Amino acid sequence: MSLIEITEVRKSFGDNEVLKGIDLNVEPGEVIAIIGKSGSGKSTLLRCINGLETINAGSIQVAGAQLATDELHLKALRLKVGMIFQGFNLFPHKTAGQNVMLSQMVVKKTPKPEAEAMAKKMLDRVGLGHKFDAYPDELSGGQQQRVAIARALAMQPVALLCDEVTSALDPELVQEVLAVVKELAAEGMTLLMVTHEMRFARDVCSRVVFMHMGRVHEIGPPDEVFGDPKTPELRQFLGAQH
Amino acid sequence: MGYVFDYSWLGQYSGVLIKGVWLTVWLILVGATFGVALGVACAWARALGPMWLRPIVGGYVEVIRNTPFLIQLFFIFFGLASIGFQFSETTAALTAMIINLGAYGCEIIRAGIQATAKGQFEAGWSLGMSRLQTFWHVVLIPSLQRIWPALSSQIVILMLGSAVVSQIAAEDLSYAADFIQSRNFRAFETYIVATLIYLALAILLRQLLKGVGWLLFPKRSAAR
Amino acid sequence: MIEFTTWDILRNLLLAARWTVVLSLVAFTGGAIVGLAILFLRISKGKAARVFASGYIELFQGTPLLMQLFLSFFGLSLLGIEVPAWLAAGIALILWTASFLAEIWRGCVEAIPKGQWEASASLGMGRLQQMRHVILPQALKIAVPPTVGFSVQVVKGTSLTSIIGFTELAKAGQVIANATFAPFTVYGFVALIYFVLCFPLSKSSQFLERKLNVAHRNH
Ligand SMILES: Nc1ncnc2c1ncn2[C@@H]1O[C@H](COP(=O)(O)OP(=O)(O)OP(=O)(O)O)[C@@H](O)[C@H]1O
Ligand SMILES: [Mg+2]
Repeated sequence: MSLIEITEVRKSFGDNEVLKGIDLNVEPGEVIAIIGKSGSGKSTLLRCINGLETINAGSIQVAGAQLATDELHLKALRLKVGMIFQGFNLFPHKTAGQNVMLSQMVVKKTPKPEAEAMAKKMLDRVGLGHKFDAYPDELSGGQQQRVAIARALAMQPVALLCDEVTSALDPELVQEVLAVVKELAAEGMTLLMVTHEMRFARDVCSRVVFMHMGRVHEIGPPDEVFGDPKTPELRQFLGAQH
Repeated sequence: MGYVFDYSWLGQYSGVLIKGVWLTVWLILVGATFGVALGVACAWARALGPMWLRPIVGGYVEVIRNTPFLIQLFFIFFGLASIGFQFSETTAALTAMIINLGAYGCEIIRAGIQATAKGQFEAGWSLGMSRLQTFWHVVLIPSLQRIWPALSSQIVILMLGSAVVSQIAAEDLSYAADFIQSRNFRAFETYIVATLIYLALAILLRQLLKGVGWLLFPKRSAAR
Repeated sequence: MIEFTTWDILRNLLLAARWTVVLSLVAFTGGAIVGLAILFLRISKGKAARVFASGYIELFQGTPLLMQLFLSFFGLSLLGIEVPAWLAAGIALILWTASFLAEIWRGCVEAIPKGQWEASASLGMGRLQQMRHVILPQALKIAVPPTVGFSVQVVKGTSLTSIIGFTELAKAGQVIANATFAPFTVYGFVALIYFVLCFPLSKSSQFLERKLNVAHRNH
């Protein structure tokens, strides 16, 4: 059994069918890059896996937890997959440390000292142990995104969903975030990431998914997808990247 | 003409005034606390609550905001008593104030909630928090911070409006003034004194609410 | 004891509600005129005028309307005249309304970009001409929704004049409630009549505000 099983998933907004039957199985420890044109449904796919969008047909399972619409099932699912957003979405009224502690205490009912210790550990892991007491607006974009990663990691998910985590960053801040993601990949974390960083995808990912018009148009190891694209759409997409 | 102002009665009646001030202060402190709590609950219901609840809360808000506080007070004190729900003067006054602030607070706080970025909700949910937990831990404080000045003004307005609770014989500051002027026959001076005390209370209350804001919102810029 | 039918109650309340309407109109019109004067003082160049205007606003917004009514009532009688309640009520309500309208309108005037003042000054307009031809016409547009919204507070504010003995809707309610021993019904009706007066004003204020926001977004 795969860690993440996405079967025949369909999703529409009104008459607009954005996902037209997605099949994708992800094994533990895999790092998957999702690439594709704007509007091809990449974000929607990630949001469906996390239950932020309800799917119209098909099924999604993460480590045995089935996607359903009730809060109990959603919570079980969301405890297994963390999500990192393009816009960081840190809680502005809480410090970096409190951001990381909050959901542990609220969702898992972890006692405060343990949550605090975990927060320290996770912030250290993303290189921000010294920013424990800083508020989000006192941090750079790159630092905020790393706090967001620490916050997701503190829930000890089996997989992370990353939606263009470096797109909102100034160019000089991109690398510090990618370095953290790369380290996670090396440590064996299962990652599903939408990205425009083709170099990064080629270096770090085990498989690349090319989405086109709401379908998985091509899928394979990075060498194949980047080195020997089979479809004209992918060739055109890759050509447009430079 | 040649009216001579006379404040010599002040010493004799200072005890009465202080008692009145105390009830006015007590009413606004307790009334504002519960009123804001009710406002938060109603704002949640109206912005994020179940669909069947939203029009009910909306109706409550409209009724309260479009009728005078005095009539709300009379309805609670005289009207409800006549159908078997009897309250003491103070309880009726407090209840009316809570219900009144609940409605105004609802609309003010709701505006704060609706200005919250969608990403804040999604971040909470994706961490496994329920809708209610996300509201409580993530959305509420920055929302309150956004509208704190407006909410503070509304609380001051409520304190000043509470002067009419003397009309159901709740013994607040304006009741004390009524009582004193019926004894000293110095109505004008008496109401001048009461008015100045209200002015001082309004200024103090505004400062107090600023202080509460400092405590509640340690991060000044979080409202954005 | 006289028997009152529901219709009797409602008819008497409606008759009294006429005075609520009249008083509201007087308070609002008078308040607008005085409020405009306070507004001019508040944004004038002279320091003394500004201090006076903000003191006025602070005083009337920082004290209960009920106290203002009492002071108006007893203050006028100090002048040696037997003051009818309607006069004291009218004066207090006008002054109170003026303080709020002046403050609301100041916000609207200050929302007009500084460049408008500078541009009109560079055309050689005097302060009053600037106000009359450039600033007020623009401020007026954004002032309408909050002004209509405040009229609701004026209508509700008139209920306090019952306390100094002016017979309008709230006073009639008290009298009838005492006579009929049916305060639940009577105050229910009183509230209903106030609601019927205020709700359309509230709604149109909201409607106008939304319309204004939409118009602004399309700029
Ligand atoms: N909440 C929504 N309501 C209606 N339509 C939506 C919604 N979210 C997304 N869509 C539509 O779904 C389609 C796919 O959007 P999605 O955000 O998944 O694309 P994407 O591949 O992530 O694009 P990008 O690279 O620009 O982020 C788009 O046409 C978009 O307009
Ligand atoms: Mg996207």
